[in-house]
Amino acid sequence: MNARHWLALSIGVGLLAALWFCGCEGMGEVGAEIGKATGVLTDSEAESVKRGAAAVEKSWQDLTPEQEYYIGRAVAARVFETYRPLDQPQANAYLNVLGQSLAVFSERPETFGGYRFLLLDSDEVNAFAAPGGLILVTRGMLRCCENEDELAAVLAHEICHVQAKHGLRAIKQSRLTEAFTIVAAESAKQLGSEELASLTREFESSVGDVVMTLTTSGYSRTQERDADAAAVRLLKRAGYPEAAIITMLNRMNERLADARGLGFAKTHPSATSRIDVLKPAIPTAQAAPDAVRQQRFATAMQPVLAGQ
Amino acid sequence: MKTKVLAMLVAITVPICVGIAFAAPMSVQVRNGKVRATPSQLGKTVATVDYGDVVETGAVQSGWYPVTMPDGTKGWLHESALSKKPVAMRAGTSDVDTGVSSDEVALAGKGFNEQVEAKLRAEGTLDYTWVDRMAAFEVGVEQIVEFRRQGNLPGGAL
Repeated sequence: MNARHWLALSIGVGLLAALWFCGCEGMGEVGAEIGKATGVLTDSEAESVKRGAAAVEKSWQDLTPEQEYYIGRAVAARVFETYRPLDQPQANAYLNVLGQSLAVFSERPETFGGYRFLLLDSDEVNAFAAPGGLILVTRGMLRCCENEDELAAVLAHEICHVQAKHGLRAIKQSRLTEAFTIVAAESAKQLGSEELASLTREFESSVGDVVMTLTTSGYSRTQERDADAAAVRLLKRAGYPEAAIITMLNRMNERLADARGLGFAKTHPSATSRIDVLKPAIPTAQAAPDAVRQQRFATAMQPVLAGQ
Repeated sequence: MKTKVLAMLVAITVPICVGIAFAAPMSVQVRNGKVRATPSQLGKTVATVDYGDVVETGAVQSGWYPVTMPDGTKGWLHESALSKKPVAMRAGTSDVDTGVSSDEVALAGKGFNEQVEAKLRAEGTLDYTWVDRMAAFEVGVEQIVEFRRQGNLPGGAL
């Protein structure tokens, strides 16, 4: 490679970096075209820059809400293999009115298929947010909530994981690069059977990455802290007392004391460390829970809490 | 030589980036989008839009875009329901309409989608029974408004 080529390539890379920083769409294409137009890149070099840029550009952020929706559905289906759904129509109906009435106040009120909530027949203290807005809460977690406000705090935390797409971020980049390469190579709208089989394998692996994070490895401490902070903002916008997240975490802490290493305790930072971070930002004055909210929570959830 | 290239880079990219920040056609990226009369999730629905529909948008205001439908109906859509990129291969989603590359149009709508789920269902790999039941747990705006009213939750930014 002679000096001219080196210069051409460095300018090409520089253009891409500048365009990337600028946040423009389709930057690889533009950069390569500029390179060609100015004569610093040959046609083949421009093609190579385009392809390189395409690979760099495609990440979890390029998954459309539709793709996120299908990943989330499969993640929930996988979670149901381990955690049995709780078939309690009245309780699940209440959970959905509460959850969806919170979601409209979130920073991401719209997802492809909307937010949906479901109770799980498990005494483990846990909750899962599948991408796209399928949120699952165990009976064990429900036991950490004494009223609607505290349950709202749990749901708000999970909604905020969906909002920040924390689940999608768990997918390994190699799977996405492979998946995007498969669809880019196929020009027809419907994939051929071979491509579909390959894509389905990448899909299953991606779903596996998310399930592993939700149930075993957990999100990062930063992601949990971000979800807590966003949950406090959400509770405030929706009119619920922010302090409910503190009382809920305190109760969770008591319940988890004898469950170290299981469920939530395994995948989340300790409740006390979360309280320490949150407390300075939350008003301490706590009025008694609203009587109507207390009553409807008790009516809907009593049959669930009574169950074993 | 270098200076010339840099000057051309600035001349070309600045208008592109600035242009993107202003009004443009955008694609609906949710399955059942509701165009609201007011910039609020609890606002009255004046029209519905489907995934992949292209709407004309004005400047975003606190997370809400004023939109104009092809039939002239005006309303508001939350930014989370809209995408600058085409999201589905449909008639009307062309370079001219959206100002994006044909590569992006070709990629739109492909990937992890219904076709993949159908394959998993056919193979019996995953049981979607409860996932489908969850999808039916839809709560209407009226129900949310009433739930909030009864629960003494008037405070809120909507």
